[in-house]
Amino acid sequence: MAEMVKKATRESYGMALAELGAEYPQVVVLDADLAEATKTGIFKKAYPDRFIDCGIAECNMVGVAAGLATCGKIPFATSFAMFSTGRAYEQVRNSVGYPHLNVKIVGSHAGISVGEDGATHQCNEDLALMRTIPGMVVLNPSDHYEMKAAVKAAIEHHGPVYIRLGRLAVESFNNSDDYKFEIGKGVTLRDGKDITIAATGLMVSRALEAVKTLAEQGINARLINIHTIKPIDRELILKAAKETGKIITVEEHNVIGGLGDAVCGVLSEEYPTPVIKIGVNDVYGHSGPAVDLLDEFGLNAAHIIEVTKKALGK
Amino acid sequence: MDKTEKKNLQILACKVRMGAIEGVFNAKSGHPGGSLSAADLFTYLYFKEMNVDPKNAKDENRDRFVLSKGHCAPGLYAALALKGYFPLDELKKLRHIGAMLQGHPDMKGTPGVDMSTGSLGQGVSAACGMAIAGKLDQKNYRVYAILGDGEIEEGQVWEAAMFAGHHKLDNLCLIVDNNGLQIDGTVAEVGGPEPIDEKFRSFGFDVQIISGHDFDEIEKALNHAKTVKGKPSAIIAKTVKGKDVSFMENKVNWHGAAPNAEQYEVAMQDLNKVLSGLEAE
Repeated sequence: MAEMVKKATRESYGMALAELGAEYPQVVVLDADLAEATKTGIFKKAYPDRFIDCGIAECNMVGVAAGLATCGKIPFATSFAMFSTGRAYEQVRNSVGYPHLNVKIVGSHAGISVGEDGATHQCNEDLALMRTIPGMVVLNPSDHYEMKAAVKAAIEHHGPVYIRLGRLAVESFNNSDDYKFEIGKGVTLRDGKDITIAATGLMVSRALEAVKTLAEQGINARLINIHTIKPIDRELILKAAKETGKIITVEEHNVIGGLGDAVCGVLSEEYPTPVIKIGVNDVYGHSGPAVDLLDEFGLNAAHIIEVTKKALGK
Repeated sequence: MDKTEKKNLQILACKVRMGAIEGVFNAKSGHPGGSLSAADLFTYLYFKEMNVDPKNAKDENRDRFVLSKGHCAPGLYAALALKGYFPLDELKKLRHIGAMLQGHPDMKGTPGVDMSTGSLGQGVSAACGMAIAGKLDQKNYRVYAILGDGEIEEGQVWEAAMFAGHHKLDNLCLIVDNNGLQIDGTVAEVGGPEPIDEKFRSFGFDVQIISGHDFDEIEKALNHAKTVKGKPSAIIAKTVKGKDVSFMENKVNWHGAAPNAEQYEVAMQDLNKVLSGLEAE
């Protein structure tokens, strides 16, 4: 099946869980009173006996997930990213990460595109927090098809995984249920020799828009989709650095600790290369419509184009 | 419980205490006070109550145990070693570099440990997860967790308690080692967790208060817990921190300190006296 759809990745997540539920009877889904928002409600409807609402108690939810995993279950502990990775950070670290349990931590409504709820709910730190936990896989899929494939990959990966979900609907560009997703393998969406744009999550579709416009203006930017923040695709990043000389990272996350820093970490050790980080510049967000906020924080195609041109002296 | 059985459990409990002291002494650090207060509970659970087998430590039908107050690992390790999960000699390497026995329980490295714990308040949630997994799979195993009375100052304990009550986890039995002391003083002075029984009752638990050093009472309470339907159980076990080591009993400063060589000798003499008394009976 090939079809362009416009969906938020949280919805793709809920759909994937429900679709995979029969094939993977060990999967159980936990939520903390946000099933409608995180879309775990889709799974709940299909498999009510394997859905556990933990109430507004995320720390306990993560611990319950850990206990379930010790008994062979594959729990998906889901809440807003702010709570599943922020409030419950230490539970994820000590009850899931340290014993390397087969728990999937899921953070919905990540980034500033939460919108109107404002700074308390706009989590720009989840990738950084989860990256620091030894053995944790960190996934940030970019569209409907990639999210669905990522959920399946997370189920099949034995060990802790964090999956970031977005609230905002995004037009798909992968457009196939046969989309191959491999944990730790980035995807080159557009080849180019002038500069590399490495984007993740929601920002991939926006970067794609930017590279198309840049091409029309004679700038051939390479676009790589880094859906796995950890383990990061060192090979693809090093190749891009060697072949294009400059890298711009784009993420809806604090520029501290996320994709940009992960890319810099690879390059500084193996092939020092100038990197420009586009992201949330170590500030809190605020209330407003999601798309307006993304524009305000420079998380759009226009800003990516501007930064790219500046980096190339054009 | 007949006299012989009780005496055997008392002898084992004394050996658990000796093992805990041996471990902490050799580590030059660790938590003897709570290991000694919970020693009779560890002993009863591993040698009488729980359906566990060191030869089949990962049996999916086994009863589970979570030491939510993970710092009392020396006591747990001694019980596990005596039960046959690993050699007693491992206790002498507790907390050493490369040792199997970590400062706090590590399920990845230590046979018999069902959950990694140490950060207070977290184990009880994991125990809830094990209990609800048993319900999902319609298995008959039971899940036991020992909590500290200081530990229950952690908010997560009450998130978990609400969860256990709400989900009617009658295969879950929490035991509070109510020794009355925490690092900074008595629990009454520091955090004020009392009244513990009323709190658990209000969260939907069947609650019993017993002496945590009396095997008849421990047996009666655990047997009763198994008959309770539709509710989790909480057993408030009144205990003495540092039990059976004369200079440690009811002393706050023996929460997390190791005896020196001289103190170690006195502790072992105290415990040997208990042991020979039992064996002479």
